[in-house]
Amino acid sequence: MADVHVPSSLDEVFRLLSDEPSATLFAGGTDVMVRSSPDMRERGPFLCLERVEELRGIHGSATEVRIGAATTLSEVIASPVIADLFPLLREALRHVGAPAVRNMGTLGGNICTASPAGDSLPPLYILGAEVELRSLKGRRRMPIDAFITGPGRTQLEEGEVLCAVVIGKEQGFNFHHFEKVGQRKAMAISVASLAFGAETRRDGTIVKARCAFGSVAPTVFTSRLLNDTFAGNTLNTAVLDRAVAIIREGVSPISDIRASMEYRRQVAGNLVMRLEGAGKDR
Amino acid sequence: MKRKISFTLNGSPVVVETDAARRAVDVLREDLGLTGTKEGCGSGECGACSILVDDVVKLSCIMTAAQLEGRRIVTIEGVGQDGELHPVQRSFVERGAIQCGFCTPGMVIAAVGFLKENPDPTREEIRAGLSGNICRCTGYEKIIDAVEDAAAKLRGGGSGG
Repeated sequence: MADVHVPSSLDEVFRLLSDEPSATLFAGGTDVMVRSSPDMRERGPFLCLERVEELRGIHGSATEVRIGAATTLSEVIASPVIADLFPLLREALRHVGAPAVRNMGTLGGNICTASPAGDSLPPLYILGAEVELRSLKGRRRMPIDAFITGPGRTQLEEGEVLCAVVIGKEQGFNFHHFEKVGQRKAMAISVASLAFGAETRRDGTIVKARCAFGSVAPTVFTSRLLNDTFAGNTLNTAVLDRAVAIIREGVSPISDIRASMEYRRQVAGNLVMRLEGAGKDR
Repeated sequence: MKRKISFTLNGSPVVVETDAARRAVDVLREDLGLTGTKEGCGSGECGACSILVDDVVKLSCIMTAAQLEGRRIVTIEGVGQDGELHPVQRSFVERGAIQCGFCTPGMVIAAVGFLKENPDPTREEIRAGLSGNICRCTGYEKIIDAVEDAAAKLRGGGSGG
């Protein structure tokens, strides 16, 4: 059977990776351990990142918050900093799996899995999150929407590790909304999800808005045209009708065991309709 | 690759020599003879294999043996102490929260972990706290009754917890 390394420092990770470049990296194991076939388990090796000190915890600077990639979803949810600054992210993570899955699964894992249904992704797109990648060659940072290139595909290169997610503290949103449609409330993979963040005036007029959908395209669906549709308007029926048209035109869902393409397209639009009248008096 | 893995199991130190990639649930059941921990789905979706890892509820069917190293593991066999049932176990018995019993060890572990975080939960919070544990018999109501009852017992300063 394969070997499983559980290193506790990044130096150790890079040393192991240079010896065994084909190692499968994982953190919580909630995806990799489910997906790995008996054959994969025979061959390995595996490199578990859950104890790497540099990859753990949430730290703030004057302008940014850095979430270590191996921080569990439960730890992100429990963080007062996240609750205060990025309630949208917290709300979305509360919908992932169930407590034990959130106790194991990590934010970095949810990103590297790059599932179209990854629940952390729509809010991270809205928050303009960046990922920090490190290898023996150095470190680089890129926006999350550039990092994820397709279902299960990212820019992560051999020998490289996703170390942290970095989010700017100044978001300027005073209204946020997350809704996920799944087959049941817990342990459900999203059929469609919507993350919405906006800066609104007291009367509900939107100054700026950002919208991101999960599970209705190969990667998170965003649209500048859609975001611009909201600016200068309240969330009234006429505006939402325009938004729904843009969404149903723009998304490119697939049919799978959980839902049909047609259902996903319908639901993606419906999710936005539920925003009607929201965002006032804030 | 065979390796010596040391950890604390239900309060006692243990060392097992095993393949690092084996699943924790198999090590517990087959090597250590603790068959209370069940395997239901084998893919982290049903909660039957729940164990406490440093007091946190995790799923032993999607955890490798290597990840046990140095941890404090509690299985259903170690929840009660000195031959006494844990208050959660007692409440499960008293409230009829057990039918076939297959989900019970995972359900009890999940409840023990949940009540440590939230000692005074609402019924809705209990539902959310146990939402990763599937029971095909009870319809859940009696399980929720039991956890509510156990929470009151534990808050009352009784034994265990």
